[in-house]
Amino acid sequence: MMSRLGTEIRRSVDTLPTVVKTDHPFSSRRRAFALALATALAGALFLAPSAFADFLVPESGGSPNADQISDLYTWVLVVAAIVFVGVEGALIWCIVKYRRKKNPVADQIHGNTNLEIGWTVGAAVVLVILGVITFVMLPGIRNPPNSSAAGLDLSGPQYAVKGGGKQPPNGRSLNIQVNGQQYVWRFTYPDNTPNNTFDNVFAYEQMVVPTDTTVTLNIKSQDVAHSWWIPELGGKFDAIPGYTNYTWFKISKPGVYKGQCAELCGRNHANMVAEVRAVTPAQYRVWYAAKATMIKAANAAAAKARPTIGTPQSEATPADVTP
Amino acid sequence: MATPQLTSTQTAVPQIVAHEVPTPQTGWMAWLTTTDHKKIGILYMVTTFVFFMMGGIEALLMRLQLSAADNTLLTPGTYNALFTMHGTTMIFLFVVPMMAGFGNYFVPLMIGARDMAFPKLNALSYWLLLSGGLVFYGSVFFNPPECGWTCYAPLSETAFSPTGGVDAWIFLIHLTGLSSLVGAVNFYATIVNMRAPGMGWGRLPLFVWTMLVYAVLLILALPVIAGAVTLLLTDRHFGTHFYDPSSGGSPLLWQHLFWFFGHPEVYIMVLPGFGIISEVIPVFARKPIFGYKAIAAATVVIAFLGLLVWAHHMFATPSPFIVLVFFMLGSFLIAVPTGVKMFNWIATMWRGSIEFKTPMLFAVGFLGIFLIGGITGIFLAVFPVDWQLTDTYFVVAHLHYVLMGGAVFAIFAGIYYWFPKITGKMLSEGLGKASFYTMFIGFNVTFLIQHTIGLDGMPRRIYEYPDVGHLELYNQISTVGSFILAIGILLTVINVIRSVKKGPVAGPDPWEGNTLEWFTTSPPPVNNFDVVPRVRSVEPMKDIRAQIERAEQERAEREPASV
Repeated sequence: MMSRLGTEIRRSVDTLPTVVKTDHPFSSRRRAFALALATALAGALFLAPSAFADFLVPESGGSPNADQISDLYTWVLVVAAIVFVGVEGALIWCIVKYRRKKNPVADQIHGNTNLEIGWTVGAAVVLVILGVITFVMLPGIRNPPNSSAAGLDLSGPQYAVKGGGKQPPNGRSLNIQVNGQQYVWRFTYPDNTPNNTFDNVFAYEQMVVPTDTTVTLNIKSQDVAHSWWIPELGGKFDAIPGYTNYTWFKISKPGVYKGQCAELCGRNHANMVAEVRAVTPAQYRVWYAAKATMIKAANAAAAKARPTIGTPQSEATPADVTP
Repeated sequence: MATPQLTSTQTAVPQIVAHEVPTPQTGWMAWLTTTDHKKIGILYMVTTFVFFMMGGIEALLMRLQLSAADNTLLTPGTYNALFTMHGTTMIFLFVVPMMAGFGNYFVPLMIGARDMAFPKLNALSYWLLLSGGLVFYGSVFFNPPECGWTCYAPLSETAFSPTGGVDAWIFLIHLTGLSSLVGAVNFYATIVNMRAPGMGWGRLPLFVWTMLVYAVLLILALPVIAGAVTLLLTDRHFGTHFYDPSSGGSPLLWQHLFWFFGHPEVYIMVLPGFGIISEVIPVFARKPIFGYKAIAAATVVIAFLGLLVWAHHMFATPSPFIVLVFFMLGSFLIAVPTGVKMFNWIATMWRGSIEFKTPMLFAVGFLGIFLIGGITGIFLAVFPVDWQLTDTYFVVAHLHYVLMGGAVFAIFAGIYYWFPKITGKMLSEGLGKASFYTMFIGFNVTFLIQHTIGLDGMPRRIYEYPDVGHLELYNQISTVGSFILAIGILLTVINVIRSVKKGPVAGPDPWEGNTLEWFTTSPPPVNNFDVVPRVRSVEPMKDIRAQIERAEQERAEREPASV
């Protein structure tokens, strides 16, 4: 059965070009056109990868994990493209070649066990290849590297992070608490009093970080589910109330990296933006000191103003203060 | 010793004495009180198609809003309500019950039965579906739900969604869920018990195989979502805290329960579509299905694996590493039986003699579109890649390639294939082909570009976006495509309405079909078959046609001899 089928396949493949050449000059011209078009398309794909990069692959360029995800994606894309061209090609070949006009009598074939086992194994092999590629690239995506020498000095006790998500091999990173709230992100920076988080430096919307420094994030939410996402700095990590999610990034180029909440969190979900500004470690220290001073001054002013505002019952809640 | 010999005239014949024959209902009362599987099937199909068009209008409104960056056409609340209604409608009020409609009409006909096993339950199924739809759409006049078709807690809790919209959604899930559950039990009982003589499991039409698996999946998955929404209801109104983290509840519990149902639901929607395709392709390729057993087995394997991959919808949640790996590999595995089906369909056309009537065009369109949906599914199964792609327009594109390809194009193939049987009239081929090409082009223009929109960083479910890069242009392309798609669908609606009245008469078997529904008249009589033929293969109609041919040949040979 198999050998008969094999010869049949070979026969039909062998006869194909001659049939086209001798009997159908028009379809040969059409074939030439299609071939030219396909060549042009393939050429464009290979010659101008930069032009297509934005079109076909996810964003990257900010942090090694985002770059690795983009590379892994590209591998999958290559395998997928081969499968796509193969299967879609077979489909189109069949519907062109076996139209009633060209092939008035159908062969009554019920199946072929060897062929079917063959393509089942073939599909499985493709997936094994994808699995292997994924596991090879996974450590680079999941495991944060050590900070570079040019990065922020992480020798202070506040940078020795214990517990939680993955840490660099030397156990030191700038660990920022990310808190999702309808519809803003709050960032809390580490300080030397780990038991008191009320005096920490914090910021909303824009996270300022030093370059060349491994930043680890503990992502939480205080109301509904949100999702932390800066495309150029790696994937999404959901902020689920009651849970902590972890990720990291390490930026080498100073600049602003933008993203937004990626999990539906209510009417203003579209405007829950997230932003990371990477500055040099020196600039970061200046920013941090200024922020600390401002927060201290604001706390002091608030402490002074509180008794004059009135009794605790009429104390304004944050919601009332927001215009 | 004369023992009384029973002659044929003396055989005890059971007698049915009808003391009172109720006059058959006519007019709208006939539809309201019917328990005939064919009438109920038509009710299902017409009702769900109306919901399909409503869901389509909601989609067009969303595309209009997104046709310009920072557009102010719709308010955020309206936009959120629209995508909630759209998703819920298409899944619960269109695809799943549309498959039930096809199943209702054709499962008994294809297995040579005279009705479903439980005709009254069957009617109940339909009326539960309709009331679910009405309750849900009733909320449009008050406060429609705004939590997406997934209604993730805690967003769907009273603290964040205080209006009754979520409750309307919960009632819809309960009513359509009950409807599907009752229907599933009915399908299962019918297929297991009421097959024609000779129709063993190896001769069951592939559409019926998929409806059997559809029924089993519904029975396994629906109780979970019913439980989940009941917990949500008690959270919202009776002071429980199942999903409230501040009192020890877990929002992730909702996600797990929802997707434990939600992923099998995908296969509930696409497997019957696969079944329709497996019927249409051999008929129009004039060739037996390639690898019948492999396709039937692949259906069962897909369903089994489909129950084990739900958390691939949750790769970005705080989940242990081993969970991510398990669900990635499980999702990979599903690609194997799905690929097998794909190859078998293509091999069925290989060396066939393909006639491109409209049903076949939709079937081939299905293959092309579903292939892309399947391949993008592999991207999403690789969890680090999913971290970038999930909750973006890439996923929107993927799910539409799967569900439009796997379900809607298959449904349209089914409409064009079976319309002559249901009405006794043929649909117009010209309008049908125009509808197919318009839909095919419109669909791809709408959704192909959405992969890129997602890769460029646009999340789903946002009512406005800034014009960064080419986002506005890409979105405009998508919007234009959606209107082309809508025109294509409208052409089929026009075709159906025209042909019901004016279509040429179809006769019992216009396509030279393979399965038993083509044995009876079009439309079939109330009892379907006066005689149920014995089934000797997967393609009983081929046997019957061959038998008739043989008989005529023999008569032709005998007659000259007698003269």
